[in-house]
Amino acid sequence: MSTTGTTTPRSVATAPRAQEPAGRLRALLRRPAARRLLPLAAAGAVLAPLAHVLWGSEAWPDALSVSLDGPLRSAGDWIVDNRDSHWLFLYFFGYVSAGLIAAVHAVYVVLLALGWAGVTAGAALVAWRAAGVRAGVTALASFAVCGLLDMWVPTMRTLALMVVAVVASVVVGALLGLAAGLSERAFRVLRPVLDTMQALPAFAYLLPVVLVFGIGVAPAVLATVVYAAPPMARLTALGLRSTDRGVLEAVESLGATPRQRLLTARLPMAREQLLLGVNQTIMMALSMAVIASVIGADGLGDRVYQALSTVDVGAALAAGIPIVLLAVVLDRTTSGRTSRAVVPRGGTSARTRTATTWALGLAAIAALALTVPDTWPRSWTVRIARPVNQAKDWLVDHLYTGLPGIGGTADWAAHYTGWIVDPLRDTLQGLPWWAALLLVAALARAIGTWRTTATAVAALAAIGVMGRWTTAMDTLSQVLAAVAATLVLGFAVAVAVARSARTERLLRPVLDVFQTMPQFVYLIPVVALFGVGRAPAAAAAVVYALPAVIRIAGEGLRAVSPGALESSRSLGATGRQQLLQVQFPLARPALLLAVNQAVVLVLSVVIIGALVGGGGLGYEVVFGLARGDLAVGLVAGVSIACLGLMLDRVTQPTKGAHDAR
Amino acid sequence: MRAKHLAAAAAAFGLLALTGCGAADMTKQGSPYADAAGAKSVTLSVQSWVGARANAAVAQYLLEHELGYRVDTVQVDEVPAWDALSQGRVDAILEDWGHPEQEQRYVRDKKTVADGGGLGVDGHIGWWVPKYFADAHPDVLDWRNLNKYAAQLRTPESGGKGQLLDGSPSYVTHDKALVKNLNLDYQVVFAGSEAAQITQIKQFAKDRKPFLTYWYEPQWLFNEVPMVEVKLPPYTDECAAKGDKDPDSVDCAYPTSRLKKYLNAGFARKGGDAASFLKKFRWTKRDQNEVAQLMAEDRLSAEDAAERWVKRHPDVWKEWVA
Repeated sequence: MSTTGTTTPRSVATAPRAQEPAGRLRALLRRPAARRLLPLAAAGAVLAPLAHVLWGSEAWPDALSVSLDGPLRSAGDWIVDNRDSHWLFLYFFGYVSAGLIAAVHAVYVVLLALGWAGVTAGAALVAWRAAGVRAGVTALASFAVCGLLDMWVPTMRTLALMVVAVVASVVVGALLGLAAGLSERAFRVLRPVLDTMQALPAFAYLLPVVLVFGIGVAPAVLATVVYAAPPMARLTALGLRSTDRGVLEAVESLGATPRQRLLTARLPMAREQLLLGVNQTIMMALSMAVIASVIGADGLGDRVYQALSTVDVGAALAAGIPIVLLAVVLDRTTSGRTSRAVVPRGGTSARTRTATTWALGLAAIAALALTVPDTWPRSWTVRIARPVNQAKDWLVDHLYTGLPGIGGTADWAAHYTGWIVDPLRDTLQGLPWWAALLLVAALARAIGTWRTTATAVAALAAIGVMGRWTTAMDTLSQVLAAVAATLVLGFAVAVAVARSARTERLLRPVLDVFQTMPQFVYLIPVVALFGVGRAPAAAAAVVYALPAVIRIAGEGLRAVSPGALESSRSLGATGRQQLLQVQFPLARPALLLAVNQAVVLVLSVVIIGALVGGGGLGYEVVFGLARGDLAVGLVAGVSIACLGLMLDRVTQPTKGAHDAR
Repeated sequence: MRAKHLAAAAAAFGLLALTGCGAADMTKQGSPYADAAGAKSVTLSVQSWVGARANAAVAQYLLEHELGYRVDTVQVDEVPAWDALSQGRVDAILEDWGHPEQEQRYVRDKKTVADGGGLGVDGHIGWWVPKYFADAHPDVLDWRNLNKYAAQLRTPESGGKGQLLDGSPSYVTHDKALVKNLNLDYQVVFAGSEAAQITQIKQFAKDRKPFLTYWYEPQWLFNEVPMVEVKLPPYTDECAAKGDKDPDSVDCAYPTSRLKKYLNAGFARKGGDAASFLKKFRWTKRDQNEVAQLMAEDRLSAEDAAERWVKRHPDVWKEWVA
């Protein structure tokens, strides 16, 4: 898709930074980044006037756009007309779909047969054996709460879908990762693909699968797999490629065959990365499984989606809590293994003991499954929707407008839109198109390679070629404003976290919860607080992206060597000087990574923000999904992908760094 | 070695595809959650607006408690719901606002969807202002005077023009064309979903601020925020014909349409009691609003709201299950 962008002469471009004051210029020139920008500046100085003369200096010129409406519409019609007769659907997609449905059905039937007691006990047993007593208790309590909230059946449906999606993602991801880890050529091919997928908002995936498979569980599982497999592939490849050469040579000199080398040396040594990959895949699958309710995935996501259509924050929360609990349980259970990996394998007695525990545990689960009735007892449920809604109404009544001194949330929303986003949008939309490309090239080149620069520029150009320039600039302005807000807040909190271990301990569980909450749940309270429009979308985006920023920046700041801090203090630096001149520069890689994450996460929510009036590209995707209009939805989806790719490349500091999320 | 494995896998897959079970027709694949405990099950499509949810709630309650079915509901937008209906992923749409293109394709050409009769409710789309605003400025009710009020209806999102609030992109709307063709000094602002639109309307009403919104009848929100319709140029057949050819040329009001039910063709033939029940399902605007309001305003669950209505109006539904 982005290759269409290379038809423009803009692949090489420049920095408009040349008119800086001379003193600073010289200082800048001493830095390698500035020196790298020089060739760009030269190329831009030649090409920009040329572009201006040929195509003018407004938004993207029509002469360089290609309308895909016609072909896409007929492709969409063709698929709908041939879906029940063409061999491609009958003999390929049909099997894929049937297989997925059968798998989900099988898992669901097993879960139902186990009953609530069996499932709860089973989850507790697995969590306990995998990650310790605390994880076991967490699992037990979490499943009990799901039942208490009267969400047992939806939880089981989501769990069934998740099990199938995660297994498929891990298998697909591990196979791709294995190929990339063992073959240099496969790695070179896969890497940009995986990088790109990492930056794509979940919403962009939905329309193509819906078109081929219709709505339902099968397309939901597929969209989830496409979204969740890349981290597994990345981390598998990373783990295999970072195997210690010395060990490999030693194994080889012992005469091991390639297969033995892989199974006995490389895979075991990549164990930590593989487990991290599984963990990330699970977390991403869960977040996608919720969004996929838009295309007919049943379960908890559907409950949230339905609650949103009646502005029922309480009911949305009742379905949102089980999602968070599932996330916490899955996260604790799978990340707990990493630390246990160092425990040496015990002798025979330890192994028999483990076997006995499992046997006893399984027997107990079987007994529970057989004796306790399958459905969660109705009298044991708690309805939280009403009190939650009352609390929300109270908050809205008291915060919406007319707070003395600071105004209400409605006023903030108006100021945010009128003073920040609108001017920014008008600036971006008024920017000559070649200047936008130059700016992107300069930003990307300043911290990246020629290749990332070319990708960023090509991605932005592709948006123009597809005729979505103005809309994309609207979305971009929302992203930039929200990212700025996120970074200011995030870095401030991160500094506090880095200074005090107690703040960190207090904040950690809060951050955990916020990071795993489905984006959907955020949308309605922000509408109540900020009205409809771009402000609520931004608020949701900031809340969603903050935890990652705080965590990464906080860890980076804390990792600054105490020695450096100590010596700066002995030189008489004030707290402020220390922060700005020692901590921030030393933590630069982590801070850049935080920026990168903020951009990617904010974009994903700004897109979903179309559901609350955010407009822009997200609105076109919603429109496309709602009307089954491939021409609008797919082009917007691809534009979002390009925008995400561009933003990622512009903010991606060094290769490989953003694997550590 | 790997090539050999691949070839073997491909051969196995090919054999499976050819000999095993023949074609895998996606239209024969239902939901994996259906029939899980050996029950007869029906899947209803629920659209995002509350009226449609009210239909589904009552149908679900009666199917489960009177006819012994297990009912699954799936929330889908209007056009994808047609698609799902044709594929058999859902068995019925209970409230359709008129999709001529889909009717042509699925009902008449492919014959995968069957007409399920009328719902008994007439639907009407239009532009509305709150009653308190119309009482103070009665002339706002004629579209020719709308420009006079544009300044009062300005919001941060409408960029210096008056705001015409629209809801979900999935709803039938020509508002952009209307604003352009009637030379109105307004900007169409999409709330993005009906939930967001309702929240916004309620927020305006609480502060007694004026607003102009795309809205439709029947809708429970009228009970809470009384609104009056703004008269647009009258709907005519010529205007409709023009609009069918070029949607950007529409310059008249929306028609009043008879809301209809549609069933999956196979389900309509072989669906037994459930299919005949859904064909007979027919009620009034008042009934629908009663259930919708219980759900959306009093925050009853769909099941509780349906139960309450069913207890109160046995005379209406007895003949559906007969």
